[in-house]
Amino acid sequence: MQFGIFTVGDVTTDPTTGSTPDDTERVRSMLTIAEHADQAGLDVVAFGEHHNPPFVPSSPTTMLGYVAGRTTNVVLSTATTLITTNDPVRLAEEYAMLQVIADGRMDLMLGRGNTGPVYPWFGQDIRQGLNLAVENYALLRRLWTEDVVDWEGKFRTPLQGFTSTPRPLDGVAPFVWHGSIRSPEIAEQAAYYGDGFFHNNIFWPMSHTQQMVRFYRQRYEHHGHGRADQAIVGLGGQVFMRKDSQRAWDEFRPYFDRAPVYGHGPSMEDFTRETPLTVGSPQQVIDRYSRFRESVGDFQRQLFLVDHAGLPLKTVLEQIDLLAEEVVPVLRREAESARPAHVPSDPPSHAQRVAAARAGDAGTAPAAGRDGEAVAS
Amino acid sequence: MTVHPLGRSGAAPRRLVVVSAGISQPSSTRLLADRLAEATVAGLTARGLTCEVTVVEVRDLAHDVVNHLLTGFPSQALSASLDAVTNADGVVAVTPIFAASASGLFTSFVDVIDKDALVGTPVLLGATGGTSRHSLAVEHGVRPLFTYLRAHVESTAVFAATDDWGGTGDEVKPLPARIRRAGDELAATMAGRAPALPADPFGDVPSFETLLGNG
Repeated sequence: MQFGIFTVGDVTTDPTTGSTPDDTERVRSMLTIAEHADQAGLDVVAFGEHHNPPFVPSSPTTMLGYVAGRTTNVVLSTATTLITTNDPVRLAEEYAMLQVIADGRMDLMLGRGNTGPVYPWFGQDIRQGLNLAVENYALLRRLWTEDVVDWEGKFRTPLQGFTSTPRPLDGVAPFVWHGSIRSPEIAEQAAYYGDGFFHNNIFWPMSHTQQMVRFYRQRYEHHGHGRADQAIVGLGGQVFMRKDSQRAWDEFRPYFDRAPVYGHGPSMEDFTRETPLTVGSPQQVIDRYSRFRESVGDFQRQLFLVDHAGLPLKTVLEQIDLLAEEVVPVLRREAESARPAHVPSDPPSHAQRVAAARAGDAGTAPAAGRDGEAVAS
Repeated sequence: MTVHPLGRSGAAPRRLVVVSAGISQPSSTRLLADRLAEATVAGLTARGLTCEVTVVEVRDLAHDVVNHLLTGFPSQALSASLDAVTNADGVVAVTPIFAASASGLFTSFVDVIDKDALVGTPVLLGATGGTSRHSLAVEHGVRPLFTYLRAHVESTAVFAATDDWGGTGDEVKPLPARIRRAGDELAATMAGRAPALPADPFGDVPSFETLLGNG
């Protein structure tokens, strides 16, 4: 099972000091966080994509390309790449380029984005969000799997004889996750293609996450990619830890109370009860997160949000160390001992996908995708 | 949220949800809401139907409603009340009139109801205020909310001023008569329809071929 961190890249004033990083400082802190996560031994680092302050990461493949060159093991990903307002041709090019530079040590998570004005800024209509996600992704897949594409759709100018470059590493497209909180249609999309489904449940009760994941698993099996319990599932999480639980509560509360999204709303007591936010000792995080599999089944990727709300860089790096040293080894051990042998431990790596594609070419792959592309499991 | 089974046994019971946004306790808004619910149940009983009444006291959910507006997701208690509204066969919605319109707490609750949850649902409106000079506020301040949500809003809405609860209110069309007429209107609409099926957000997802435009 993979454990990692994801960041939205918010620029937020530290409520305890009143200091606010500028955009440059925040971008650099994200890069430092990613390198530190690799050194600490976490499995995944995922960057968000945003086009409005107070969020700085507009260009995730530039940032991830840098991180690829500075790290050795960590898998690079996104949370999320906007499939609605980006041109799918640019996505095909940029992420194939990242895949080549990172030597396959990457995947990406697609999302629609929920910031109203971003759609018209990029020439789109938020009311077409689902239709954009469906059409743009269908084109993105073709650009990766077919060398020469003729295409016509509703949302972008037609293509005649277009070849997206560079061609994907070893001729195999990057693994794709589809992230959605509320839309079963996106779970259906992930299931249809045999892709991963990520539920960012950090603001939602587990009962809701459970329903979405169950639906995705049922549809994954329906579409013939394997058994429901073999579908590739990822979850969000949010923690703040100190060895002493009370110190964690005292230290995090001013950040919680003024945080973007939930600040000035529910109390930290209510929010930690109703959502996965866990504030306390590493053992309390272990106790809470080791039970997620009881709600959603054995899953493959757990990402934590640790660097938002104005937390200083030093504190964030300490959180990463606590995760890597005290939390993840125990969660990994528990997850692996409970997992049935036929359920994949990790989402498919590039090497596995290449092997599956080769096996598919030789006619020995048991599971083939809807468009004939072999699906790794 | 409280649930009371009322009325005679028989065919599938209709689900009546009473949303009351009074502030004080006891509240004249709740008093009016209960009377409107009783009149609706009486109207359904007269038509041979049973009814299950669920009361949503918005005051009890006040913090949860604000938190939902801020965070985008409901607490468990609020979620149960929103589900009740979504699955209702009929709704009685009663608010105090503040500053010539529905109370902010009431409209905030309506704001967190899914925009499609009340499409076609019969809704009976009620409002309370200090004097009858506020009475048309229910028409210009409350009715448009439910029209926007494409609810089936009953033509009679009931406004109760403080005087209506004593002997100095309207002596030609006294409050009890207005309540009976409004409750009977809602009951007639509810009786003319089959009971609503529970909403299933996963049951209506189109096949992916349809989403792709190939279906």
